[in-house]
Amino acid sequence: MKFPTFSKGVHPSDHKEYTNTKSIEFMPLPEEVFVPVQQHIGAPDDPVVERRDEVKTGQVIGRSDKYVSSPVHSPVTGKVKKIDSFLHPMGSKVTMIQIQRTGEDEWDLLDHPDRWEDASVDELRQLIWDAGIVGLGGAAFPTHVKLAPPEEKPVDSFILNGCECEPYLTSDHRAMVEMTDKILTGMSIIMKTLGVENGYIGIEDNKPDAVEAMNDRVRDLGMDYTVMALETKYPQGAEKMLIKSVLDRKVPAGGLPMDVGTVVNNVGTAIAVAEAFTEGKPLVQRVVTITGDGIAEPKNVMARIGTPFQSLIDFAGGLKEEATQVFMGGPMMGMAQHDLSIPVIKATSGIICSREATITKMNTYPCIQCGACVDACPMNLVPTRLAKFSEQKMIEAMEQYDIDSCVECGSCAFACPSHIPLVQWIRVGKYRVNESRDKQAA
Amino acid sequence: MTDEKQDASKESEKKQAEESESSGKSGAETEKSKKSRKKKRKKKKKDPRSKLFSLDRQPFVLSPSPHQYSEDSVPKIMWSVVGAVAPAAIMAVYYFGLPAVWMILACTFAALGTEVIINKIKGEGLTIGDGSAAITGLLLALTLPPSFPVTGGILGSVFAIAIGKQIFGGLGANIFNPALLGRAFLQASFPVTMTTWTLPNTAKFSGVDAVSAATPLGQFKFEQIMTNYGDLLVGNIGGSLGETSAIAILLGGIYLLVKKYADWRIPVSFLGSVFLLGGLFWLINPSQYPDPVFHLLSGGLMFGAFFMATDMVTSPITPKGAWIFGAGAGLILIVIRIWGGLPEGVMYSILLMNSVTPLINRYTRPKVFGEVRA
Repeated sequence: MKFPTFSKGVHPSDHKEYTNTKSIEFMPLPEEVFVPVQQHIGAPDDPVVERRDEVKTGQVIGRSDKYVSSPVHSPVTGKVKKIDSFLHPMGSKVTMIQIQRTGEDEWDLLDHPDRWEDASVDELRQLIWDAGIVGLGGAAFPTHVKLAPPEEKPVDSFILNGCECEPYLTSDHRAMVEMTDKILTGMSIIMKTLGVENGYIGIEDNKPDAVEAMNDRVRDLGMDYTVMALETKYPQGAEKMLIKSVLDRKVPAGGLPMDVGTVVNNVGTAIAVAEAFTEGKPLVQRVVTITGDGIAEPKNVMARIGTPFQSLIDFAGGLKEEATQVFMGGPMMGMAQHDLSIPVIKATSGIICSREATITKMNTYPCIQCGACVDACPMNLVPTRLAKFSEQKMIEAMEQYDIDSCVECGSCAFACPSHIPLVQWIRVGKYRVNESRDKQAA
Repeated sequence: MTDEKQDASKESEKKQAEESESSGKSGAETEKSKKSRKKKRKKKKKDPRSKLFSLDRQPFVLSPSPHQYSEDSVPKIMWSVVGAVAPAAIMAVYYFGLPAVWMILACTFAALGTEVIINKIKGEGLTIGDGSAAITGLLLALTLPPSFPVTGGILGSVFAIAIGKQIFGGLGANIFNPALLGRAFLQASFPVTMTTWTLPNTAKFSGVDAVSAATPLGQFKFEQIMTNYGDLLVGNIGGSLGETSAIAILLGGIYLLVKKYADWRIPVSFLGSVFLLGGLFWLINPSQYPDPVFHLLSGGLMFGAFFMATDMVTSPITPKGAWIFGAGAGLILIVIRIWGGLPEGVMYSILLMNSVTPLINRYTRPKVFGEVRA
């Protein structure tokens, strides 16, 4: 049977066998958490607590008045120990609020309607904002902004993204199997907020149990959502690719999903929305996959935001002696880490511990013009040229070759037989293009 | 990200500057402050987080994403091509005996040797491991006539690597297929020996060492003699060492296509355009022009279409470009075969298309996802 998909892309081996049958375990509350005040794309939050303040679980500890922003909440009940800059998974030091836990959870819940069905669209949007919900797929875009498309761009379809196309990760997979109802509730709330009728759930066909679980519940609950199994191919979960696969609509270059009447949200986001409305809980925890051949007992855990990686790794039996690399996120787009004191943030979908640092074993060869990157790029770019232009700082050429359309999925570098760090060069190129634009604007 | 890093480092610099300023305010306190600074440093060295949990084995290897790669690599591709050419090479040895063995060995080693010498001159690491030099020598050997002197083959190999490839900057930088450029050099330098053919030394001719004869293409062009398809398929005909057996070439060629080490569009469009155009002429005048199947099976077309035109370095990187490249080569081939003074045109058709590959690449850029271009 052929499943719907997009064109091009790559087929990395998925390695999901480590954790795809392991139920989500609740991690014991961490002794100490480090909560970055900014965990979203947009304006940074200001801390609203001070040192030695007592905080409850779910209490707002950072917020901003800007529209494109999202508040952060305390993930534990405890005392603010320090507000300082600590190392962040993205590699730099950023302001974080360190909280020492003093006891069990004492929730500071959100004011939520008894029945979300009765709430107005504005109330729904406001609560999503107040709950600090951002896209949990990795980009961390504030959800309340995404759910408020401008009037001139009517949205008619919503797609729930259950693809999880990154190898190794199984957090969305397990959530779909175990937290099906919550996900469907979250999806219904999101669709009500958007005012759309057509709901789709896109899942890669390497998760047949998730497809079945979602399908069964959708049928049982009499919902008219369409559960779609999609071809297992990277990057199936990229918004534009997913919309092409599910609806056969092409988001224009430089455009957003709403330009083709669509909004896409991740499974994890739907869970967060459901929890905010049914339990009044803001986003203080998420499912994280701890996996790889470098960890003793790979597992899926429900972990509080701010929990240091080391604690999660300890909970999963610790690192194996031979572990040489640790990543946050999947192997295609994730960030390599050098220090395990960094905390889980809202965008942490997984922690991969690997025994092999592939990069140290690979020889780089000159580009042999094989075109493998061209065959791989789902955005139809010519990565080898972009990399060359970037290397030679040819700003105009990069713009002509549509460098802005690159989604940095890494398919080109994956496919390159010469092992040229193509996507890395393209990132540098984007930076150079922006730099020159800034200069021109100034 | 770089921005953030810079900012962070600037901030820390500022802090340090402030600290040193405050400590330098009164000269009397310098020693004290020095001590306190030392203390501070000591404190800084001890990671405050180490109390919280055991920080095991840091740091880890840092690398940019992606962290997973396909299993293809340049050497793997190049050595696979060597493997794919092997059936044709074996048939060459079967039909033409020891001279074929010598020619193949001499050309391959001459190519490798030239590569090593140039590596040394340039002061770079040896690049013979990637397999590209070996494939150049091997391919060149198989395009030479059986009676061609081995020294000539060596000369061609040296030219192929030195002028055909290394002068442009080595692997990936050359414009023309090095093996074909080497052959073109020999064709220009030794026009007579390069067009003197011998028949395969099979049982039919046992006792007779080498019989001088024309190739099927030459026979047809100059004497209107058709060779039967069976001989063309198995290769029991006159011609260059590796190009006579269509079956052996197809075997290796299909392996390359299946492994995706050659773009299938190139042989398909190359052979397809030759078939269509050749067929057109045949329909117009069957007595003057050979039929399209004869076009496909005779001469170096199969060999060129599967092993020469598909050379990654010198063929377009875009799918549309591959179609144009193959079709263009087919067109040039038919023009040479029909109107040209030579019976064969594979070499020139590919070399000429090589020269426009950069242009093809530029004008066949795929349309960016979601973009509507006028």
